Amino acid sequence: MAVQDPSLTDPFWKGFQKGSWQNEINVRDFIIRNYTSYDGNESFLEKATEATATLNNKLLALKMKEREQGGVIGADTKTVSTITSHKPGYLDKNLEKIVGLQTDRPLKKALMPFGGIRMAKDALSSYGLEINPDVDHIFTDYRKTHNQGVFDVYDKNMRKCRHNKIITGLPDAYGRGRLIADFPRIALYGIDRLMQQKANDFDNSGDGEMTNDTIQLREEITEQYRALNAIKKMAESYGFDLSRPAANAREALQWIYFGYLAAIKQQNGAAMSIGRIDAFIDIYIERDLQLGVLNEQQAQELVDHFTMKLRMVTFIRTPEYNALFSGNPIWATLSLAGIAMDGRHMVTKSSYRFLNTLANMGPAPEPNITLLWSERLPKHFKNYAARVSIESSTVQYENDELMRNQWGTDYYAIACCVSAQPIADGMQFFGARANLAKAVLYTINGGVDEITKQQVGPAYEPISGDTITYDEFTKKFDPIIDWLADTYVNSLNVIHYMHDKYYYESAQMALKNTQLNRTFATGISGLSVAVDSISAIKYAAVHIIRDEDGVAVDYKVDGDYPKYGNNDDRADQIAVDLVKKFYTKMNRHHLYRGAKLSTSVLTITSNVVYGNNTGSTPNGRRKGQPFAPGANPYYGSETHGALASLLSVAKLPYKYATDGISNTFAVTPSTLGKDLQSRSNTLVNMIDGYIKKDGHHLNINVLSRDTLIDAQKHPEQYPTLTIRVSGYCVYFADLTKEQQDDVISRTFHKNL
Amino acid sequence: MTTEQKETNHHTILGCIHSTESFGAVDGPGIRFVVFVQGCRMRCMYCHNPDTWRIGTGVRATADQVLSEALPYRSFWGSDGGITISGGEVLLQPEFAIDLFTQAKKLGIHTCLDTSGQPFTRQQPFFVMFKELMNVTDLLLVDIKEIDPEKHRKLTGFDNANILDMCRYLSDIGKPVWIRHVLVPGWTDDNKDLIALGTFIKTLNNVERVEVLPYHTLGIEKYHRLGIRYRLEGTEPPTEQQIQHAERLLNIRN
Repeated sequence: MAVQDPSLTDPFWKGFQKGSWQNEINVRDFIIRNYTSYDGNESFLEKATEATATLNNKLLALKMKEREQGGVIGADTKTVSTITSHKPGYLDKNLEKIVGLQTDRPLKKALMPFGGIRMAKDALSSYGLEINPDVDHIFTDYRKTHNQGVFDVYDKNMRKCRHNKIITGLPDAYGRGRLIADFPRIALYGIDRLMQQKANDFDNSGDGEMTNDTIQLREEITEQYRALNAIKKMAESYGFDLSRPAANAREALQWIYFGYLAAIKQQNGAAMSIGRIDAFIDIYIERDLQLGVLNEQQAQELVDHFTMKLRMVTFIRTPEYNALFSGNPIWATLSLAGIAMDGRHMVTKSSYRFLNTLANMGPAPEPNITLLWSERLPKHFKNYAARVSIESSTVQYENDELMRNQWGTDYYAIACCVSAQPIADGMQFFGARANLAKAVLYTINGGVDEITKQQVGPAYEPISGDTITYDEFTKKFDPIIDWLADTYVNSLNVIHYMHDKYYYESAQMALKNTQLNRTFATGISGLSVAVDSISAIKYAAVHIIRDEDGVAVDYKVDGDYPKYGNNDDRADQIAVDLVKKFYTKMNRHHLYRGAKLSTSVLTITSNVVYGNNTGSTPNGRRKGQPFAPGANPYYGSETHGALASLLSVAKLPYKYATDGISNTFAVTPSTLGKDLQSRSNTLVNMIDGYIKKDGHHLNINVLSRDTLIDAQKHPEQYPTLTIRVSGYCVYFADLTKEQQDDVISRTFHKNL
Repeated sequence: MTTEQKETNHHTILGCIHSTESFGAVDGPGIRFVVFVQGCRMRCMYCHNPDTWRIGTGVRATADQVLSEALPYRSFWGSDGGITISGGEVLLQPEFAIDLFTQAKKLGIHTCLDTSGQPFTRQQPFFVMFKELMNVTDLLLVDIKEIDPEKHRKLTGFDNANILDMCRYLSDIGKPVWIRHVLVPGWTDDNKDLIALGTFIKTLNNVERVEVLPYHTLGIEKYHRLGIRYRLEGTEPPTEQQIQHAERLLNIRN
């Protein structure tokens, strides 16, 4: 199966600069040696072609129909989704420059039972559909799923934590997601070369002694090899030969998309990122432009059509899942720009072209466009990005300086909402969030849940007095955090063992190095509620109000206390300490497959559900009220303006929360300045300032509350109004009423 | 006075501060830390900060204290932002302003004063302090509330002769200003007055920008809270057309 490297004179690599990428799989080396950074402005950009407009209208009509019909316009109930399960499908075969669908029709949901048959069944039945009885039978009686594996092992403690929502969102019934495959590999090398590499790796894994680890790895490589073959077969059904490298820009995007398509046919992961392809694809576009076989309009059309594919990805979910993450996000996160290790910026014309898709096809939640930001990015690009934010509120910003240094490479991308991952050799075991606000309440109630009244945590002595003293609280908080960290990490150990066993991501793993650096990605919710509560206990007098069972259910606070979100170290330090404490406690544990611990302060829209399931807290938050999203200060706590709030969040140490610290920021247009130019200037300075202060992530919404209130009343007039929530983007109309209310009630930074 | 004594004295000047805002983007160029000082003599009918009127109250703070609160935000200021003192009326506390801006200038920070000019006079001791303040001020935002003296008196309780005199003085010394005019339908939108204001502004050679600020009703709640009668009850904010009309009369090119 020896395949010769194509030389630089062959059509595939002709004109490229030579480098070690020719002799080993190394996309990063290829990019660094071949990309052209662009300092100019956006004036070169082209509008949507007629074909793009037609396709986009067709897709929008389908999406509106899907929304009208409650979220599903077609779902497979019989054919289990695999890389090769479906015949080719098209939106419009004659117009599409990039082809490929998850199933045989656009927006038709695939049947994906490997994560859990009950989840698949429930999702269908919630839309009035019934699973094929044979499939049900096979996955219930013959083929064990990930979900069954996990529940075969979960202990009582884990089940209780799950049931009482102190740990929520465990990926124990669907794909864990958050893997970024190195999709450009297919375009640069072709599948045959990648198979050759995997065959080679297989021969070199283990020293002959068949330990558990070696056996597992060898089986995985074989699965990867098989998946590569399947990708080739799937592409063949669309009429493309992926055994060889891509010969031009259109093929390069198509090859990348086929890789991505294989991933989403196989996995319904919570996040299915596309990675960072702007510089890579720009090299192919530049070559075609120079050869005169492509013009700018055609280049933009390719990027538009590719992006349209990312807008079409869809999974069927249960109502419970939708309540956590509304609007059916799939986090096809697309990372753009950044700075190379050698100091050159990585803004290319194609970074602009991807942002231009928002103008050409209107705002949309997917792909989740993420700008890897540095003060060193070129001025024109920064201004253009800020204007896109002001006009569409669809872009998020992440600190490239922090992430590049932390992960040691410029070839990383965002794996989900905000979490960075080296593309060639990184992967993460992600799952769920621990509810730290509830942990505060468990401390007060000796492990008894304030809502279910069950003994969930260990039965430590509750706080018995009328007023909570800080000393007593901290003494009792520590063992509760120990217990929570234990239970959480152990649950994830179970989940990822079973996921590897029963729902292994062979397509994505096939497009990564065989030797991986794994991280163990945990999460925190309710940070600001916990911090303000602890600050109230420390600096004011918190009186306990107990119910007839003696359970603390409400609090009365006498006196003032510093609150997180005002750049006040007294409160902010509590937040920093809490993140470090939880990290340190979790880090004492055995982590599956030698993974390195990371954590995140990120909630997506689940801050509403976490709040629903958490009793009143000492910071004055009533039972059932939403938490603030991600690392945001609690609503109404910020009294010193927007930048004070940003500085508080920027103090959270990224080193301890390498999975991301999400900050969602809403500002009214007029607060940013009088005209578009001063508004974009303000935004650029704001983002630059936040990045310089080591802030990690920023969602920016430029809207007024009135717009949202009007959109809630008249959704038909705002079909594509898009807003950013913690770590992703969503059509406002696709949020539940409760989540809409939550967004409306959040702090909008404005001044009189 | 020895240097040491002067130094000590220097730090004991206390400003009366109403509040601070970390994120001002419409109070001068770029992103600005805004210090709202407490106390103003004027009683402008449309004032949206009536809580800053009372003189002699507020939080007492030294320039050092205010500066140390502002400096953490420096990373957001870029090349054009800085510190703005607004109010209240800053010229009622010139020593404090001099102190704060002298220290800010030592650090290379852009300084901006937002003033109504009401306390301005060429009399001493004010004038010497004003001159000293101008040495450490990069830009002034000057509100000209009405060009017609009688209407000005009715609207604010004070004459505008000294305010226009301040504008002339600033023009003479070449100090950059932005002129701002709050447009209140029925009160400050008379065609004749706007044209006269535009003509006056043309005689100045230091005006970098003229802005029309549309009157808004967001301050009413504060009046209710403070138990002060709101005299513009029922007055509506200007329409976009009215704003553009005023801008044309003031020769503002957009």
